[in-house]
Amino acid sequence: MSNLSYETVAIFAQQGGTLYFAAIFAAGVAYALWPRNGEAFRRAAMLPLEKDEDDNVQA
Amino acid sequence: MNHSITEPDRAPLDAVLLYVFTGLLALGAIFATAFSDDRLFRFHGYLLIGAFTLAFALLTVALSSDRLRSPQGRYADGVIRAGVIATMFWAVVGLLVGVVIAAQLAWPNLLYFPEHGWLNFGRLRPLHTSGVIFAFGGNALIATSFYVVQRTSKARLAGGVWPWFVFWGYQLFIVLAATGYLAGITQSREYAEPEWYVDLWLTVVWVAYLLVFLGTLWKRKEPHIYVANWFYLAFIVTIALLHVINNLAMPVGALHHRSYSLFAGVQDALTQWWYGHNAVGFFLTAGFLGMMYYFVPKRAERPVYSYRLSIVHFWSLIFIYIWAGPHHLHYTALPQWTQTLGMTFSIMLWMPSWGGMINGLMTLSGAWDKLRTDPVIRMMVVAIAFYGMSTFEGPLMSIRAVNSLSHYTDWTIGHVHSGALGWVGFISFGAMYCLVPWLWKKDRLYSNQLVEWHFWIATTGILLYICAMWVSGIMEGLMWREYTPQGFLANAFVETVAAKHVENVIRMVGGLMYLSGALIMSYNLWRTVRLPSPVSAAATPAPALIPAE
Repeated sequence: MSNLSYETVAIFAQQGGTLYFAAIFAAGVAYALWPRNGEAFRRAAMLPLEKDEDDNVQA
Repeated sequence: MNHSITEPDRAPLDAVLLYVFTGLLALGAIFATAFSDDRLFRFHGYLLIGAFTLAFALLTVALSSDRLRSPQGRYADGVIRAGVIATMFWAVVGLLVGVVIAAQLAWPNLLYFPEHGWLNFGRLRPLHTSGVIFAFGGNALIATSFYVVQRTSKARLAGGVWPWFVFWGYQLFIVLAATGYLAGITQSREYAEPEWYVDLWLTVVWVAYLLVFLGTLWKRKEPHIYVANWFYLAFIVTIALLHVINNLAMPVGALHHRSYSLFAGVQDALTQWWYGHNAVGFFLTAGFLGMMYYFVPKRAERPVYSYRLSIVHFWSLIFIYIWAGPHHLHYTALPQWTQTLGMTFSIMLWMPSWGGMINGLMTLSGAWDKLRTDPVIRMMVVAIAFYGMSTFEGPLMSIRAVNSLSHYTDWTIGHVHSGALGWVGFISFGAMYCLVPWLWKKDRLYSNQLVEWHFWIATTGILLYICAMWVSGIMEGLMWREYTPQGFLANAFVETVAAKHVENVIRMVGGLMYLSGALIMSYNLWRTVRLPSPVSAAATPAPALIPAE
């Protein structure tokens, strides 16, 4: 535990955290803009428009 | 993915577990109350004994019937109907208390009795804020999230009777919080006033909520998770995190209401505003954006303008919002770089906020005529416009130089209310106007004309409110920093209060108009429920654990 100084933890949290968040965010944006996902998104966008006010779960 | 566990004769496992849990809670409440020598703790103890024994008794009766079964082929809509009723009930209560305290600010002697502390502004104010945010807003979020996750997943709510535990457990949290404030039980943390045992109870309820939501997503039959569910899930997960960390505290005794925070000084302040601002970001924004992404396309009968933009909106919003809290602590002991960080991230929030606003508004493209013909969609579009306006104003106010004028003034109050009344209130009202005919199987609302009245009265009320607060806020901010030629402050504090009298009266009138709109809406929805049902849809009602009152 002795080598786990404040500096070590801070560098890990700040620099590692920045890279980690940037990577996840980039992955999220890439997922959103990936051309091949277009068709799936077009279908997903129609989900609320289905007539499903009924009590019964649709198959 | 479909695990049907129902056996014909035995009581369902989820109901038995809830039954045992409720029984243990009732016993625990009885012992805690009996052994406590703290008057205020015992007051809440009696309340808990009443609630848990009543629930235990009702479950005892219900277990012997068929009512606790959860047919997987049907949506669990009973709990949503109860949620709609609770939403409207708490809307009226929360707004009414808001009008009362607005009147107290305009006429300070109103309801001021030193011997009746519970009528003081200081006790009623958290009753108003928690009443509208957590009781009204929270019930609207829970009810709509249960509706949206079922429909877009094509699956019944997971957990059998546990969604009912979430509903009633949340109402119990509200009652404990509200009665606690009036009795003087408070942690003095803004928007996190309830004491430690109420916080623990909310944690249990919230974890159950998270599990019900996740369980429903888990057994979904639709492969894609619709974007509204992402926003709801971010809201549920982040609120859990914020609530637990901000409320870390050491009680004075195991059977005593008072506790002390684990944090002190500037760390305490930063934790509180990390919580406070993300209550805005994830409760009042992300959750209601989930509502927007389902109910606006549904009502407009158009898919969302850009599904890709909605995903970018989601990720950028949640990555940026979480850092904005320090803008509440400009010119304090918080290090300057932390203040600047909070300010910078607040300004960056312009991008996702306006991206989301444009996405919501442009969903109407090709259907703008509905603004004229459908007052419900108009209400939701105005909500989105207020979302855009208040999320433009917020980053502006987070700039340190602007904040030096705006902070601690009525400008902040006006900003909050343009977001709360305009965005949160109107998008929730829009969703409720949609839900009531769907859930009670009616082909229309009782009266569109009454929706028109609600819309115009409430919109005018908001404008009166926020304009009055801009004027009084900037005025008092300028008065506080006014110096005489000799270098003394020109105004005593009480003079700045007296100068705001007219604006305070206008604000109260605006609030009264907004409350009137909610009362008109309640009447309209009640008459809608009582409309005769169209014959085809009048089939068997969904089973309910406890009928909605």
